[in-house]
Amino acid sequence: MIGEAEILVAMSECAGEERLVATEGRVGIHARFRVGYPGFALDVDLRLPGRGVTALFGHSGSGKTTCLRCVAGLESADMGVLEVNGELWQDSARGVFVPTHRRSLGYVFQEASLFPHLSVRRNLEFGMKRVAAATRRVAWDQAVDLLGIESLLDRMPERLSGGERQRVGIARALLTSPRLLLMDEPLAALDLKRKHEILPYLERLHDELEIPVLYVSHSPDEVARLADHVVLLDQGRVVAQGGLVATLARLDLPTAFTEDAGVVVESVIAEHDEHYHLSRLDFPGGNVLVARRPEAIGHRLRFRVHARDVSLAESRNENSSITNLLPAVVCEVVTADTPAHVLVRLDAGGTPLIARITRRSCDQLGIVAGRQMWAQIKAVALLG
Amino acid sequence: MNAPVSGLLLALGLGVFALGVRAAEVQVAVAANFTAPMQRIAADFEKDTGHKAMVAFGATGKLYAQIKNGAPFEVFLAADNTTPARLESEGDTVKGTRFTYAVGKLVLWSAKEGYVDPKGDVLKSAAYQHLSLANPKTAPYGAAAMAVLAKLGLSETVGDRMVQGENITQAYQFVATGNAELGFVALSQVFKDGKVSAGSAWIVPADLYDPIRQDAVIMTRGIDNPAAKALVDYLKGPKAASVIKSYGYDL
Amino acid sequence: MLSLDSIDLAAIGLTLKLATVTTVLLLAIGTPIAWWLARTRSRLKGPIGAVVALPLVLPPTVLGFYLLVAMGPNGFVGQLTQSLGLGTLPFTFAGLVVASVFYSMPFVVQPLQNAFEAIGERPLEVAATLRAGPWDTFFSVVLPLSKPGFVTAGILGFAHTVGEFGVVLMIGGNIPEKTRVVSVQIYDHVEAMEYAQAHWLAGGMLVFSFLVLLALYTSRLKHNWRG
Repeated sequence: MIGEAEILVAMSECAGEERLVATEGRVGIHARFRVGYPGFALDVDLRLPGRGVTALFGHSGSGKTTCLRCVAGLESADMGVLEVNGELWQDSARGVFVPTHRRSLGYVFQEASLFPHLSVRRNLEFGMKRVAAATRRVAWDQAVDLLGIESLLDRMPERLSGGERQRVGIARALLTSPRLLLMDEPLAALDLKRKHEILPYLERLHDELEIPVLYVSHSPDEVARLADHVVLLDQGRVVAQGGLVATLARLDLPTAFTEDAGVVVESVIAEHDEHYHLSRLDFPGGNVLVARRPEAIGHRLRFRVHARDVSLAESRNENSSITNLLPAVVCEVVTADTPAHVLVRLDAGGTPLIARITRRSCDQLGIVAGRQMWAQIKAVALLG
Repeated sequence: MNAPVSGLLLALGLGVFALGVRAAEVQVAVAANFTAPMQRIAADFEKDTGHKAMVAFGATGKLYAQIKNGAPFEVFLAADNTTPARLESEGDTVKGTRFTYAVGKLVLWSAKEGYVDPKGDVLKSAAYQHLSLANPKTAPYGAAAMAVLAKLGLSETVGDRMVQGENITQAYQFVATGNAELGFVALSQVFKDGKVSAGSAWIVPADLYDPIRQDAVIMTRGIDNPAAKALVDYLKGPKAASVIKSYGYDL
Repeated sequence: MLSLDSIDLAAIGLTLKLATVTTVLLLAIGTPIAWWLARTRSRLKGPIGAVVALPLVLPPTVLGFYLLVAMGPNGFVGQLTQSLGLGTLPFTFAGLVVASVFYSMPFVVQPLQNAFEAIGERPLEVAATLRAGPWDTFFSVVLPLSKPGFVTAGILGFAHTVGEFGVVLMIGGNIPEKTRVVSVQIYDHVEAMEYAQAHWLAGGMLVFSFLVLLALYTSRLKHNWRG
């Protein structure tokens, strides 16, 4: 396994836009936990940014939820150190363990787990009234509006749909004005329709509140859409952690070898072309044209570019139907999931890209690190 | 039917037949206070006559209720003389078979050595907290104990220090476990081989209470059972008498 | 027509008082025991649970006899109460309460334990993440969620104490207004061949027990239907 320092070096060679948020001073979250059960061990050392959404990403059984429960103090770790934005919550060496109810955190469980004996309003008040008024930073109206639950306030939980329950659960956690919000696969128990119903609320949460979020998920789409920062877990260990864009573009991680291999690009809507009904999305190093978006100019939008949708050419091929062409420098070439293919990582003026092409094409075109190529993007998947 | 089974049935049949000729069983209901002597008498009875006495022990009132509701007793040894008389008047017994098999004696007893003085003066003292006796409503020994207290003019002073067992066995238990310092129990409960076997006791003089006559009677169910008659005769005999006396009963 | 005399009424009053005091005490003592049994992973869970359940299978006379010996002047409980200047417990109302608490314990602890176990770990964790400490959680989450369990426990504890006989018989001493409860009074009536009075009391017990169980089962049905 490649050590973290080595990875950082590898990244700085090519991708100039590494967004690993420095834990400058005491801002940020430092979490070290070691937990052993028969047949399972968790041993993690996480340094996470003190803001934005950090996804704990991995297969089921990789230790994501255990890790989150350790942070919450719900799981007793054999060894544990936890510091959240300068506050020490746990240090087993010094005998420090702040119990869960004294940790300023919000926790959203996979199933909303609303108290069945309390109305929605009383559920929301439960946490809020246990926080001193002076330290309340999330206002009632703000949380209720953000999650759109005004009309549900007087209902009992049993009369809510799964999606409504989860929104109430999130609002309930927010109303404790936590310094850290923990979300354990909040969408996993919901069907696709409900997921799409909730995702916009989570995005608004991300955009409108200054609360750092630890978000457990095994869905690449959710992570690509919501996260700023990714921690990749496998069998209780951290395989990689870093900024979303840079981490997803790495070819040394298991994520690169799945159907879904690809990159996430953060862009801004720059122009609408009413004649051809297209929108232009700008990002560092270039732009792409996509079908007309409803959002206004200046709106930030993420999209994914799958490796299988990127092909490479020696020159700018004007005679192709492919409109999205980007000049890019080859950073590295590795064998893909089949011997017939290779994965090529490129840097398009600061934006990483991955192309999945046949080894034959690679040899015929003479693709090697450092070579200038044209990336032809056949499709982009817009998130949101 | 195979040979072993039919052989077994034959043997059983012969056995029953043999019993029918030489020995019979008799179902006996016995008042709880007479438990110990009856066990010895029943054993002797079987040895001497070949008949077998199947004995059930219980409070007289309960045995009465069971008899009235069809319990298959053939001989009844009560703790009093009123219950057999009542059964007789109700036509449940064989006329002319009722007799007194023992006269119970009351004793003031404590499990502690030297606690009860030979004259029973301790009863008048304020030293004890609990005086145990059997429920006077249901147990003849309890009624006798109340009579003694009345005669000594102590009903008032004993007052709420009195605790009641449901029967004489329980009254004895309260004293034996030390929960009551002393109590009125049946002499037969603490008497063995001609003397009080443990603790200290005052055998209450017979003039302080009416004699506790314990009557026996043959029930109508036992009219044709030779063993029933045999048992009653045996109870009247010298061997049973010595056993009964050895337990502190009069005759 | 014969009906209940003042002694019978005193026995009824005493029985209700005994059952009330016992039930209140049992809810207070049984709740922490049930909570511990529902939550612990200790190896002692089995043995403690078995001890609590003993009165379910033991003949009351066995329990009564041991209590009589233990609470007597030479028993360890008796030694303790005497050294505290309380005297001994048999033949006292307090003694009956102690005995009834033991005797009816499983009827209170088990419904509570079931209720606590049914709640599970999750609501407690949720409450903790919403800043509720353990006591706060108990009163604001556990109690309301286990209300049906408390109702069942209270009713069963009360009814079982009313129906108690063997233990009271063994340690009570049948003292009017102190230890003579209805079941003993019925026994006395039967023993004394006062069948009419026995019928009045026994019939009353029968109706009472039926009404209690009827209330219990209807409330359970309602609860199930709602949940």
